[in-house]
Amino acid sequence: MKQEITLKKQHSGFAFFKQIASIVKSKFEKDAVSKSLKKTAITIVSILLFLGLWHLGSKALYNKEAAYRIEKALEEQGPAAADAERACIASGESRCQPNTLPSPTQVWASFMSLIADHHLIQAKKDAFNLKMESTNAKLIAQGKKAIVYTGRASFIDIVLTSIKTVFAGFLLALIIAVPIGVIIGLSPSLRSAFNWFIQIFKPVSPVVWYLLVFMIVKTLYIGASSDNAFVISFVSVGLCAMWATLVNTAMGVSSVDKDYINVAKVLKLGTFQKVFKVILPSSLPLIFTGLRITLSVAWMVLIAIELLAQSPGLGLFVWEEFQNGANDSNAKIIVAMFVIGIIGFLLDRLMLTIQQMVSFNKNEGI
Amino acid sequence: MAYLELKNVCKTYGQGNNSTEVLSNINLKIEEGEFVAIVGFTGSGKTTLVNLINGLIKPTSGEVLFKGEPVVGTSHKRGVIFQNYSLLPWLTVYQNVAMAVKEAFPKESKTEIKERVVSFIKMVGLSHAIDKRPKELSGGMRQRVSVARALAMKPEMIIMDEPLGALDALTRGNLQDEILNIWSKDKRTALLITNDVDEGIYMADRIIPLKPGPKATLGPEFIIDIERPRDKTKLNDNINYIETRNKIIAYLMAIGESRKSVSNTEYVLPDATPKSFVGQF
Repeated sequence: MKQEITLKKQHSGFAFFKQIASIVKSKFEKDAVSKSLKKTAITIVSILLFLGLWHLGSKALYNKEAAYRIEKALEEQGPAAADAERACIASGESRCQPNTLPSPTQVWASFMSLIADHHLIQAKKDAFNLKMESTNAKLIAQGKKAIVYTGRASFIDIVLTSIKTVFAGFLLALIIAVPIGVIIGLSPSLRSAFNWFIQIFKPVSPVVWYLLVFMIVKTLYIGASSDNAFVISFVSVGLCAMWATLVNTAMGVSSVDKDYINVAKVLKLGTFQKVFKVILPSSLPLIFTGLRITLSVAWMVLIAIELLAQSPGLGLFVWEEFQNGANDSNAKIIVAMFVIGIIGFLLDRLMLTIQQMVSFNKNEGI
Repeated sequence: MAYLELKNVCKTYGQGNNSTEVLSNINLKIEEGEFVAIVGFTGSGKTTLVNLINGLIKPTSGEVLFKGEPVVGTSHKRGVIFQNYSLLPWLTVYQNVAMAVKEAFPKESKTEIKERVVSFIKMVGLSHAIDKRPKELSGGMRQRVSVARALAMKPEMIIMDEPLGALDALTRGNLQDEILNIWSKDKRTALLITNDVDEGIYMADRIIPLKPGPKATLGPEFIIDIERPRDKTKLNDNINYIETRNKIIAYLMAIGESRKSVSNTEYVLPDATPKSFVGQF
């Protein structure tokens, strides 16, 4: 709990972007420029170092796998086959490439191909929509459902599905956790009544939450033709991630500074006024700390839950690529890994910025 | 009948063996329109006394009577200026004062409330900072907002708990004059708690020392017989002032000495090192 409080104000939101902005801004301040340049240079050097190590590592793994294949061919089919295998690997033909940790260039190539694939699919989709425009207009006029494109989803669509799921889950967590947190924060007896509940359910694994939600939603959706994977995954994400907000809100509300409570008493504020004008504003910083943790937890568990729920997001993408085992599958998995990491980072910065906007220093009014 | 009366008031914190009697047998009478200062050492129970009078806490035994009625809870009739300002940091100066005004005058229209708020902010000289938040103000300005907030509720009595304790000497002097100025306009009853004898003499009609706690009681009162308005620069030449001041200081020194000789308890500090969170995130 303590750790969660100290989290705030430790980093400044969007520090990296500020750094760039400060370089531009202070072009003529020599000192500041050299300082920012130094920082940027260190970042770039560390990125290059990382890429270099990754490259060397993947090359070593590649060689090991190649040597094993040639060895195997030699043992099983004789020297001619080994030579053929060696030639095949050297020629770069995709059918006999060793399947191992991809190198940075392979990952970049995969990324570009995924983007190109997205444009291709987008073009198909546009063409389809154009073709169906008049038909759909007729269908809608008749009160029927329009025909939509049901082809393969592109990588960008997949990412968007994941983001949509995470935000739906986040909103669900917010809607459930903040009001309950406020209520149990206000009443010590309710707090002890709810405490066992929170303590038991907080550490439950995302997979178990998924199963629980699956049991319930499956029954609720019996007979309904619509796809419930999205509902199952966002509800599981929300339930899994809401605990940090619940606990932080309850704590923020129950630990409002005594001075503020005294002010409320001396001014004789009514209960409603006291809650909305004094208690809630003063616990906003902790509530937002909770929401920030909730969002990052939501993004983290999303991948596992999408995989289980067969929701067409990044989690399923990663799993399908792994099962697929095509030549560039491993590279695609690494692309997904970076996309997940970068979006998670951006979401965290976003929340941090909001959090800093609403937080205040306790000493400011005192 | 006294305006505010404390009869044999005792306040004990804790229970059983752990209990500490902070205030013991407090008897105090304040007449209407009087300005009374209570001077005491740090930790002598001054804030407890204030909270008893404004109704934030209840006495363990004895009675607190305000206009002959026992004090039950807080009231808009008794305005409080806290030692630590206690402004709400998420509200602007205007909103901080308006919050109090809306509660005290629920029947007034929006324009009436606005006029009242603006006039009180003007009175404490903060018109230029009306839309600023407390963090943008200096300590002195914050305390002015706190003064405006307390006075805007038109209380019949003002209770000040070391209102200027956290300010520097110059700001302190200025604000003393301003509070006196405001007070002299309608002579509302005022109770000032302070640890500064000079401040008490300059502002009050009567000074009552609070003996150091635990089991703090009030000492003999000292009447300040200096004509108002008092001039700070000439106060040092006033025989009356010098005599009263010396008497009070001698009294306080004596009880301070007696406290020293009484307390020979040795306090063992717990052997604790603060936990560091540096580098954990």
